[in-house]
Amino acid sequence: MKQSITLNKVTQLMGFGFLKPITALFTGKPQKEDIVNFLKKIVVPLLSILLFLGVWQGGSTALFNKEANFKIEKALADQGQAAADEMKACIASGEVSCQPNTLPSPSQVWVSFKTLLEDHKVITADKLAFKQKTAVMNEKRVAAGKDPITYTGRPSFVDQIITSLKTVFAGFVLALLIAVPIGIVIGLSETLRSSFNWLIQIFKPVSPVVWLLLVFMIVKTLTKDSNSDSAFIISFISVGLCSMWATLVNTAMGVSSVDKDYINVAKVLKLGPMQKVFKVILPSSLPLIFTGLRITLSVAWMVLIAIELLAQSPGLGSFVWEEFQNGAIDSNSKIIVAMFIIGIIGFLLDRIMLTIQNMVSFNKNEGV
Amino acid sequence: MSTATINTKGADTITENGIQYPSKVMLDLHNLKKVYPTPKGDYVVLEDLNLQIMKEEFVTIIGHSGCGKTTMLSMIAGLNPISGGNIAVLGNPVKGPGPDRGVIFQAPSLMPWMTALENVMLGVNQVFPHASKKERSDIAKYYLHKVGLEGSFDKKAIALSQGMQQRVGIARAFAIKPKVLLLDEPFGMLDSLTRGELQDILIEIWNKEKITAVMITHDVDEAIFLADRVVMMTSGPRAKIGDILNIDFERPRTRKSVLEHNDYYTYRKHLIDFLEH
Repeated sequence: MKQSITLNKVTQLMGFGFLKPITALFTGKPQKEDIVNFLKKIVVPLLSILLFLGVWQGGSTALFNKEANFKIEKALADQGQAAADEMKACIASGEVSCQPNTLPSPSQVWVSFKTLLEDHKVITADKLAFKQKTAVMNEKRVAAGKDPITYTGRPSFVDQIITSLKTVFAGFVLALLIAVPIGIVIGLSETLRSSFNWLIQIFKPVSPVVWLLLVFMIVKTLTKDSNSDSAFIISFISVGLCSMWATLVNTAMGVSSVDKDYINVAKVLKLGPMQKVFKVILPSSLPLIFTGLRITLSVAWMVLIAIELLAQSPGLGSFVWEEFQNGAIDSNSKIIVAMFIIGIIGFLLDRIMLTIQNMVSFNKNEGV
Repeated sequence: MSTATINTKGADTITENGIQYPSKVMLDLHNLKKVYPTPKGDYVVLEDLNLQIMKEEFVTIIGHSGCGKTTMLSMIAGLNPISGGNIAVLGNPVKGPGPDRGVIFQAPSLMPWMTALENVMLGVNQVFPHASKKERSDIAKYYLHKVGLEGSFDKKAIALSQGMQQRVGIARAFAIKPKVLLLDEPFGMLDSLTRGELQDILIEIWNKEKITAVMITHDVDEAIFLADRVVMMTSGPRAKIGDILNIDFERPRTRKSVLEHNDYYTYRKHLIDFLEH
């Protein structure tokens, strides 16, 4: 029983409270309410997933048929009955060249997902082989003072995900380093707060695309005489600038709205300014700061895709864009795979932040 | 007192028949005034308020809600600016808040992210910066022990009940060894059982430390049980001291001896009569 309690605590803390019915069912004796809970919280959601897949399947079939009919009719109008029959037979045979290009069905997406994983394995093996092949040569090159030869092949889907995560993490850290200190400073001073308010209010709603262009203007000039990876720099700075506002506003609010009682205690004890900030104001505004950081991370992940897409920097965004431009038969289903991966990673990032938030906050409000 | 003149400028001496003695006055409120400007004109909360509180005296202040008791107390604490007159502690005018005037607030006002010990240490570290770490933690632990929290040093303040939190508040206020202790209805938010317990704890520590105390209360019995003098304030606006009642019970007192004392009901009637008129 004790084991199940700690397990529940952990899942609760991580915001996986919805798993409780399962843990309850498999740890200790299942009670009647556990079973009812299991039905309510697991079976019904599973049904909702099935419903979702059903609607998706139905929708994609309808779109497929519409697209196919259009193709056949077009063949009929342009080239006559023979061409139309040929087209019909071609579509029915599953021939790649004549398949209608539309919303893929769930099974097609699943196949693409497996293809992408296979592709990843192939590329990883390829990379390893390349590394082994060039190991001796690279040693010589390094000894001779030349740059080693690096693998320049196409990145796999998993590599793209890792690149995206790196970019979003760099952007998030940048947002944290800018927004938290500034938030604290303007939170402490009413004057600064009102004088910088216009800046926050005006730039907060600016679209990620515009931020990207602004960063591009600046970074392009700054990196003129260095061969650093400017696409990465541009995208992570843009991500940081787009997403930092929530943290900035929340930090300033948290710092400026510290309970008056705590401030009075600090005054009576005559705490110095540093002590007041670090012992009273910061700890008391931590919950709000973390709420801001959580929003920042989810915004960062959301804008990342658009920014990568525009900045031509490698990652999930450019993966999606390349697939769209590519127009191969399985491109559409690869895009949908990316969509699910983006969603799932976003969800996991949010849970990680929620866990940290619950650990640092002193008032144990249940986060959602 | 009849032949003595107390220097109203707040000097730390008293002149009696031409000879100077050290003043017995700890806290001197002279012609105190508090004005809040409002769009409709100034609102005068307190005016011409004069009160002298002696060393080692426990004074309770009673009066109707909104009469300005808390305003007066926060002015003594230095948390609220003075509009007129002056406040002096041992002859030194109050210019702002400081640890020589410990405050026990109505809400416990503990830092919820700190443990009970850390909350008390916050003040102790500030007041005794030259003591060793061990000495400082000993002071904090001593007072936590005194308020009956020896088992809860490392509990987070948020995990303590309201009554326990206020015990920490008491320990925190005594641990910084203030000259004056200011208590703003510290037990107002507690149930009557807990309130009784905390009154006992407060008076037990106070009997030992004899720190000059000014306490606001709404509770007539609490006012009598704890005080040497009960100060009654008139209702605002322009509130001032309406009456002062000396409580002549010997110390240390027990609740039982106070309740059984012949004068108890006379005192009680006096206070209730004042409050009802």
